[in-house]
Amino acid sequence: MKLEDLKKIREKMEKETSLREGKGRIKAVVGMGTCGIAAGAREVLSALLDEISKRNLTDIVITQSGCRGLCDREPIVDVYEEGKEMITYGNLTPEKARRIVAEHFVNGNIVKDLLVSSK
Amino acid sequence: MDREKILKKYEPTRENLLYILHDIQNSKEEKYLSEDDLVAVSKYLKVSRSEVMGVATFYTMFSVKKRGHHIVRVCVSPPCQLMGSDTVFNYLKKTLGVKEGETTDDNMFTLETSSCLGVCAVAPAMMIDDDMYGNLTPEKIDEIITKYREKKNG
Amino acid sequence: MAKIYNLLLCAGASCISSGGYSFRDKLVEELKKHKLEGMVNIVETGCVGICELGPVVIVYPDGVFYKKLKPEDAKDIVEEHLLKGRVVQRLLYKEKDSEKIVQQAAQIPFFQKQLKIVLRNCGIIDPESLEEYIGKDGYSALAKVLTEMSPEDVIKEIKDSGLRGRGGAGFPTGLKWELVRNSKGDEKYVVCNADEGDPGAFMDRSVLEGDPFSVIEAMTIAGYAVGAKQGYVYVRAEYPLAIKRLKSAIKKAYDENLLGKNIFGKGLDFDLEIRVGAGAFVCGEETALMHSIEGQRGTPSPKPPFPADKGLFGKPTLINNVETYANICQIILKGSKWFSSIGTEKSKGTKVFALAGEINNTGLVEVPMGTTLREMVYEIGGGLPNNKKFKAAQIGGPSGGCIPAEFIDTPLDYESVKKLGTIIGSGGLIIMSEDTCMVDLAKYFLEFTQDESCGKCPPCRIGTKKMLEILERISKGRAKEEELDLLIHLGEQICKTSLCGLGQTAPNPVLSTIRYFKDEYLEHINEKKCRAGICFKKKK
Repeated sequence: MKLEDLKKIREKMEKETSLREGKGRIKAVVGMGTCGIAAGAREVLSALLDEISKRNLTDIVITQSGCRGLCDREPIVDVYEEGKEMITYGNLTPEKARRIVAEHFVNGNIVKDLLVSSK
Repeated sequence: MDREKILKKYEPTRENLLYILHDIQNSKEEKYLSEDDLVAVSKYLKVSRSEVMGVATFYTMFSVKKRGHHIVRVCVSPPCQLMGSDTVFNYLKKTLGVKEGETTDDNMFTLETSSCLGVCAVAPAMMIDDDMYGNLTPEKIDEIITKYREKKNG
Repeated sequence: MAKIYNLLLCAGASCISSGGYSFRDKLVEELKKHKLEGMVNIVETGCVGICELGPVVIVYPDGVFYKKLKPEDAKDIVEEHLLKGRVVQRLLYKEKDSEKIVQQAAQIPFFQKQLKIVLRNCGIIDPESLEEYIGKDGYSALAKVLTEMSPEDVIKEIKDSGLRGRGGAGFPTGLKWELVRNSKGDEKYVVCNADEGDPGAFMDRSVLEGDPFSVIEAMTIAGYAVGAKQGYVYVRAEYPLAIKRLKSAIKKAYDENLLGKNIFGKGLDFDLEIRVGAGAFVCGEETALMHSIEGQRGTPSPKPPFPADKGLFGKPTLINNVETYANICQIILKGSKWFSSIGTEKSKGTKVFALAGEINNTGLVEVPMGTTLREMVYEIGGGLPNNKKFKAAQIGGPSGGCIPAEFIDTPLDYESVKKLGTIIGSGGLIIMSEDTCMVDLAKYFLEFTQDESCGKCPPCRIGTKKMLEILERISKGRAKEEELDLLIHLGEQICKTSLCGLGQTAPNPVLSTIRYFKDEYLEHINEKKCRAGICFKKKK
């Protein structure tokens, strides 16, 4: 890698993270740190992927990430949507993940009871 | 992979000792380092047998006694203790029918304790081989243990 | 009809019980009537979770969601939607109160009070994607260092920032770098201590799992600054995922020539390897850690010589912990002035704390140095469950001590915490309520260090054992009052005479609980009473 490449990659990533040029209308990031996995993040991730492929949704990108620190609400999924503020869902199970796909990703309704909130 | 192949993977320098011991131990069904293993490693690295034995017995993750296929390591550090790891450990003892450090009759599990596994936010926690399980309850433990047994039988 | 439709029919127990199958049968009938069977797939899915609205169906590719369906609605869906492409408004699922402001994660006090430098990318980027890391200014710091800065400039910047080691001792990082740079020798090493063993601390794991490139980049910069061509990351074997992610990141860095020879074409050579521990807490001590990398038993050696003079393989060695390295790139990019503007006079920047124990929000929090314990517990932590009363916080794991409720307004920085007789240490923060017995707590921690003592020096090996015996007698109500003085005396001696940090700090939890909760110790001894109801319960 050369120094010039850094700038190119940064510009490319800037475009992609703004989603417009990227593949997705929605990007969902699953927290896959050890605490997330210990709390069941792997099952949540596969439920999301399964539900999305079952529904043939092609404009949703699922990626993984490390721990965001709110470990007792794991498994956590952050949802990024163009022009909207990021949404964080917590304490997920595979069933709840499927609900998010149905209600939020498909129908655009935020699933309020699954949002991470102050106790 | 057999022992000779594992040894050949590494340059014969002392600094590879821990890696070699890990690899040999993981390659074996009984998850331990035998007398033969230690002798072979000592010859390969040209390090005395007592030194190799010294390392193998210093670190808690190495065992010179036969163990089960899966190592269950329950975190008993203070954050987990505060959250009830005693209950978890006792339940596992009962379910598996073993005491600390013992192996089940079918050689499936060896029950051990561990210092902090670093997942205190989902305490109480345990690790089976390389997989971490948190927020443990008796029900969850049943589920996990059943999963491992089914995997073996299925 | 121009397109092929997929109709997702919820076949969860609840939708079926509210008539899902009679709707399905009617739907099949309607499709047959219009000869659409080949164009429409009916997929039965698991419960979609909004059972009070069932039966529900979702029409793809449009993604339209219909609710509370009756068999007679099938006709409209087929004739209107499928044939004519018109959504059946009356069956549509709409959110009743969509105008209500949704509470965003960013507005939760847990995140509001935080300032993320070390954890800036954790949970944000894909840890295995170099591109995403670069997208977040990754490798800009190394680029800047190699094009604009001399090694001396780098060291000056780190010194000016006021960064101190985050592993426990709080030694000024820039000074350490300078010592290694000035140390004579052709061969030098850069080591990252990722043997995070303190019970209750897991920030290093989180950084390695969530942002491994930031550590690799910082170590490369360190290599340039001190003149080392080889680096090692020593990770404990209890962290398999961290090892996996770090391995993958190192490989990618090599593939792109961000490690290896002639990095960025600027003549810098730097190699990096991982060394995995095998379960020994004492390996977190730097001399023990280096012996473990060399393939020896992980026992400490006396200092001096310090690692900066004679470290790994007898060569000058720079050793910092994960969190310390994770600060470096940001300091280079944003400057020492920016960094030193955060925190307190003597403690600069942020500190990551691992919140655990009896607290509503457990997890990792990164706050400016000097944030008070009260803010940590009540604002960020969201208080104790069931509104229990805060009794004390154990800070710094088994090397630290407790901060009782009367000092809850203490700013958490190196100096203020030290005044209370404890240390920030690696940043473990265990919150305790009135249900915790302090004698019991001290016993837990001492059991831990006693068990982990490597046995090389007598004060630690024998002393901690003797202390534990006294503590056990106290918790069983069998001790005499004068044994409390013996306990303190023994503890102080162990602190003074032990070989390494493990022994020197092992008595801290005991000494600190005696300092603030002597009443409880005396109650155990004189009245055979445990006010938290822990100690004498077991006898029944």
